[in-house]
Amino acid sequence: MPNKKATMSLLEKIRKTTRVLGRPIRLMEVCGTHTMAIHKYGLKSQLEEARVETVSGPGCPVCITPDSIHEAAIELVTGREGTILATFGDMTRVPTRKGSLQTAVPAPGSLVKIVYSPEEGLEAARRARDKDVVLFGAGFETTIPGIAFTTRRAREEKVRNFSVLTAFWLIPPAIKAILESGECAVDGFLYPGHVSVIIGEKPYAFIPAKYGIPGAIAGFEPEDILKGVLSVLGQIRTRRPRVANEYSRVVKPEGNPIALALMKEMLEPWDAYWRGLGTIPQSGLRLRKKFAALDAAARYGLKTGGRGREARGCRCGEVLRGVARPTDCRHFGKVCNPGFPLGPCMVSYEGACLVQYTYSRTLR
Amino acid sequence: MCLAIPAKVTRVESSGDGTVDYIGSEVRTNFALLPGVKPGDWVIIHAGFAISKLSRKEARETLKLIKEIERYENGA
Repeated sequence: MPNKKATMSLLEKIRKTTRVLGRPIRLMEVCGTHTMAIHKYGLKSQLEEARVETVSGPGCPVCITPDSIHEAAIELVTGREGTILATFGDMTRVPTRKGSLQTAVPAPGSLVKIVYSPEEGLEAARRARDKDVVLFGAGFETTIPGIAFTTRRAREEKVRNFSVLTAFWLIPPAIKAILESGECAVDGFLYPGHVSVIIGEKPYAFIPAKYGIPGAIAGFEPEDILKGVLSVLGQIRTRRPRVANEYSRVVKPEGNPIALALMKEMLEPWDAYWRGLGTIPQSGLRLRKKFAALDAAARYGLKTGGRGREARGCRCGEVLRGVARPTDCRHFGKVCNPGFPLGPCMVSYEGACLVQYTYSRTLR
Repeated sequence: MCLAIPAKVTRVESSGDGTVDYIGSEVRTNFALLPGVKPGDWVIIHAGFAISKLSRKEARETLKLIKEIERYENGA
């Protein structure tokens, strides 16, 4: 365990607090990177010994993007000649009824290009003016501003062979949907550190105010996570729920104003469909009408609406809502494994199933 | 996907493009979301964009944690 003294002392404080509370505590982490860190650093079992159970929420953008959008991307690159579909690596392996972007056979002159930054997609469009480049961009508030910036830049530079297939998701409406459904009882939340870098503290304020549920913005090192947990436990003990910022070395209370202004300028909220969670009011962002020329769905007549059909028996949707653990699924680690994933939760390195499979397979 | 790591700014062009030193590797980065960033500053990078500034002390804190973890994982 890194910096053993500090983590051990935090774990001891956590144990003392749950002893005072006299009951087990259930926290939801709404961020795939937290899920990964909690398992990777062995905190999952340590916290369970301290009577703190952590449940994964809808924190993986690759996972919550419904099959309909993945299938639209596959149809585009297989059905249209001279198209470069640029996307992040995880997105290419999501299995659908139409296969995945990795198994798809692109149309003549078309290809799938894996990018690390949206800017690489734009660069591809600058270099290959005879091709149409579509950036298939999925992400939460952390990723959206970069894609929005690149899209605006394409317009300013008049790179007309560039467009974006958007799968943009907002975290606070998803937390609200989970609370409203009442399916998953949680005592508190660990808020995603890097989403919060962009949105700041305020968008979570309704959670303690309206639902009386504590929460803390947390970073991703073992100490960061434990500090977040301890803060939530403290709020439970004192019955004073609030939005604590335990990652203030990176997250400013107001977020990143430039990124927020850019998102507002380019994008509008809409009632998006999430895998597992269904349609959530005002939970997605899409390009405003005046940027329709840059919107791949409008430009190429792609059908991105609705849910698509998921693999039979795959419980990814329930895992994303926090009502099932990966190990509750009868396919987990058997027919569904990293080599042959049935659903996206076994694909993304932030997917709850792959994380569990990689780091904690023996845990129940 | 929301993984983001501290890096030191090494070059900033007027267009907002530039590079960072990320644990010894030079990586192309866009600074448009963080105006006023200068070479030598510490930032958090996500998908090719700098999204937040860090003080030198804060960056060291995170990198120290990461290095300790690496040491631990390498069995030292």
